Amino acid sequence: MSLFLRLLFRNRLAGFGAVVLGIIVVMALVTPLLPLHPPNVTNTANRFLRPLAEGHLLGTDHLGRDLLSRLLHGTRLSLAVGFAAALIAAVIGAAIGIVAGYAGGRTDNVTMRGVDMLMAFPYILLALAIVAALGPGLMNALIAVAVVNIPFFARNIRGVTVSISHREFVDAARLSGLGPLRIILTEVLPNVVPVIVIAMSTTVGWMILETAGLSFLGLGSQPPQADLGSMLGEARGALITAPHTSIVPGVMILLIVMSINLLGDGVRDALDPRLRSGALARPMAATLVDRKAPAPPARTEGLLTIDDLRTDFRLGRRTAHAVGGVTLAIRPGECLGLIGESGSGKSVTALSVMGLVASPPGVITGGAVRLAGEDLVGAPYGRLRDLRGNRVAYIFQDPLSTLHPLYRVGDQLAEAIRVHHAVSRAEAGERAIKLLVDVQIPNPRARIGAYPHQLSGGMRQRVGIAMALSNDPDVLIADEPTTALDVTVQAQILKLLDDLRRDRGLAILFITHDFGVVAQLCDRVAVMYAGRIVEEGPTQEVLDAPAHPYTARLIACVPELGTGRRRLEAISGLPPNVDDLPPGCAFAPRCDKAQPECRQGEIPLEGGVRRVRCLYPETHLPETELEAAP
Amino acid sequence: MGGYILKRLVSAIPVLLGITVIVFLIMALIPGDPATAILGSYATPENVDRLNRHLGLDRPLWQQYFVWVGNLLQGDFGRSFALNRPVLDEILDRFGATLVLAGTAFMLCAIIGIVAGVVSAARQYRFADKAITAAVILGISVPSFFLGMMMILLFAVKLRWFPVSGMYSMFGGGDLADLIRHLAMPAIALSLVATGVVARLSRAAMLEVLRLDFVRTARAKGVPERRVIWGHALRAAMVSIIPVLGLQAGFVLSGAVYIEIVFQWPGIGRMLVDAILKRDILLVQGGVVFVAACYVGFNIVVDVVQAWLDPRIKT
Ligand code: SF4
Repeated sequence: MSLFLRLLFRNRLAGFGAVVLGIIVVMALVTPLLPLHPPNVTNTANRFLRPLAEGHLLGTDHLGRDLLSRLLHGTRLSLAVGFAAALIAAVIGAAIGIVAGYAGGRTDNVTMRGVDMLMAFPYILLALAIVAALGPGLMNALIAVAVVNIPFFARNIRGVTVSISHREFVDAARLSGLGPLRIILTEVLPNVVPVIVIAMSTTVGWMILETAGLSFLGLGSQPPQADLGSMLGEARGALITAPHTSIVPGVMILLIVMSINLLGDGVRDALDPRLRSGALARPMAATLVDRKAPAPPARTEGLLTIDDLRTDFRLGRRTAHAVGGVTLAIRPGECLGLIGESGSGKSVTALSVMGLVASPPGVITGGAVRLAGEDLVGAPYGRLRDLRGNRVAYIFQDPLSTLHPLYRVGDQLAEAIRVHHAVSRAEAGERAIKLLVDVQIPNPRARIGAYPHQLSGGMRQRVGIAMALSNDPDVLIADEPTTALDVTVQAQILKLLDDLRRDRGLAILFITHDFGVVAQLCDRVAVMYAGRIVEEGPTQEVLDAPAHPYTARLIACVPELGTGRRRLEAISGLPPNVDDLPPGCAFAPRCDKAQPECRQGEIPLEGGVRRVRCLYPETHLPETELEAAP
Repeated sequence: MGGYILKRLVSAIPVLLGITVIVFLIMALIPGDPATAILGSYATPENVDRLNRHLGLDRPLWQQYFVWVGNLLQGDFGRSFALNRPVLDEILDRFGATLVLAGTAFMLCAIIGIVAGVVSAARQYRFADKAITAAVILGISVPSFFLGMMMILLFAVKLRWFPVSGMYSMFGGGDLADLIRHLAMPAIALSLVATGVVARLSRAAMLEVLRLDFVRTARAKGVPERRVIWGHALRAAMVSIIPVLGLQAGFVLSGAVYIEIVFQWPGIGRMLVDAILKRDILLVQGGVVFVAACYVGFNIVVDVVQAWLDPRIKT
């Protein structure tokens, strides 16, 4: 509760709303005690006195009545009527919703049909019809507004009730022989009350406005009694000659409704956990770069080189070092496998290359990514956009979510071409068909008009690959492209990628968690753990004799190369949380060979063609390889 | 698509029947004898009886309902006693004005609301976002009738940019330019609340969509950011914005009642309020049913647009 209040008041606008509303409510409560002119005593000699006139702080209206007094009494009335309407709507609506939701079946069906009928009216039509039947008057306006809002409550509460009445504790109560009424009162009601309160806080402002509106139309409070709406309605006749008589009640309605809305928004935000973690922040066009040190010199050669790359996730006060200094190189025509558990930082590394890490929260804080020698970390957006999909292309994991669901696949392919090449629509369409042929999609002319959801998973991933190939890139970054597919389709896609690599001389960075896949496709492999490379080397050598204990465990997990779909999670222990890594080896808590020294200082990645970050490697790497270091 | 439209049309029939039942039941609540209400308290008992028989009020309620609906279907909405003309004629005369006003306001709220919401989401936490958010809070809190009055005071009386009220000038007007001059203020005043709501929901919808994988794919393809936002993301967000627009149409139609009063716009809302004050029950009844039916029709259009925008919906 105190957390809730803190969150509420951290939102300054909500705090402001609460204060304004508080003042208005207190004023309305104490109005009868204040030394005011009586609100309904007319004095035509003093008509239309301006504000600040003697004895009349806000002036007088068309009958010479004191505006301040009428304003406060009117506010009192408007608030009371609005809250009463909200309360009535909430109680009746909740009752209907609970009964329908709890009973289910026919009762539910019939009731909700009726509620839907009421919702088929624009709200005021229903209110007008009710007032027309009952006759004008404040009480009738109150009833009309309450009735109009009942469906809203009934619907919301029914939804909550349905989900609650299927929970275990309700079943338990039912089995223990309690009657439905007891269950509703003791088990269901306490759980729906918060929902009712939230629904009220978001609608009470509307209801005050609606009752004021009906009074404004002359259908609510009748003279001489006046709420804010009828004050405004009466003042309308003198709008031009005595505008203050309109402005005074109008501004009061505005203040009341606005303060309630601000408060309601604050309540909702404080209760919505997603807003708290900042998860609703929009990712920007390119990952933020906040590089403290100058770019490190290129340590390796290759078409794409990554040097000491560091990418953090800044989540409020916490900072997670998702990528903690990764160095990699890929030569033209080479396929490098990057393997690790989920959360190891392998995908973040891959996405950092073209600045595609969602930011916020991602920030590249150090290192360099060079494409043919050009550093891309901190490159202007325009340059990154030129290269994206053009020289460096991506294939993502789940093609159902990574293809646009509402565009035809042909259009998505054509667009990939047209953003980089000035070709006509027709020409791009032809090329799109050719691409589909290249990725071996049968009947491409028909498929071009399909939407992603109309294709099978394997077909969709072929489309994803075709899209990546559309501008003949130099580097292909494949982020678990086969994980979402079944084993046979996976094998076909791997074969396709392998053929394409050989035909086109593509350099591939292949992200996976499956050593079986690496064995089929990759020349070299780098193993990542807790944001860092722990072992690197030619695939066959690493497979035959893994040096890092973690790699050894990974390999042991794959029952038979190529068919294994077993997940890395099969390794005992949990992957570490990258926000607070222990000093020394990150794998130490899960390692059988761990010694006290392992937990002390930084352990370097040592070796030549094969490198390992471990004090007690499983396999001793020969020193001579140092000379062959790339 | 044709089949889907037909299906939606058929599914509207029970809703329309429900509407007539509800309106009929509400009107049956009228305390006392409607004939006395119509004729006034000085009516002779014979006259009251005659009128009751004439209106069919001596029959059981359910029979009265079927007679009434049967008449509605034949276009017979009864006669307005205050105006002494057929209800339907009056409604049709007034409906055009409301359609112009509410239609314009609806277009304004849809276009401005969506643009503001998208800009707000794209510039999240920057100045534009904060300014739009503040304007939205203010916009959804101003009662439209008060806003209309203040606009009259400022733009019509002080600055004399627009006429104070009405739909056409009394003398020498009547062309399109004249209509637009009269329409500007009421349409803006009417659209404001709905614009705020649409902007707020569009912003939320865009923020949801911008986090999805296909947006990252578009960026990875090298699609320019402007196209990512206004093309890929907005296109997907429209799927959740369209139903909101359908709902807002109801609010615009409702707000039109106040705005027609404030600006003396000769529409159906003003007609209804006048009819209630004069206790012209048949006119109220007919007007409510007519407008509610139009709203149901509009929502069918919204659903069809939705199905057309989203190929995943089974049509
Ligand atoms: S450094 Fe020590 S704890 Fe880490 S993997 Fe090697 S042996 Fe295990």
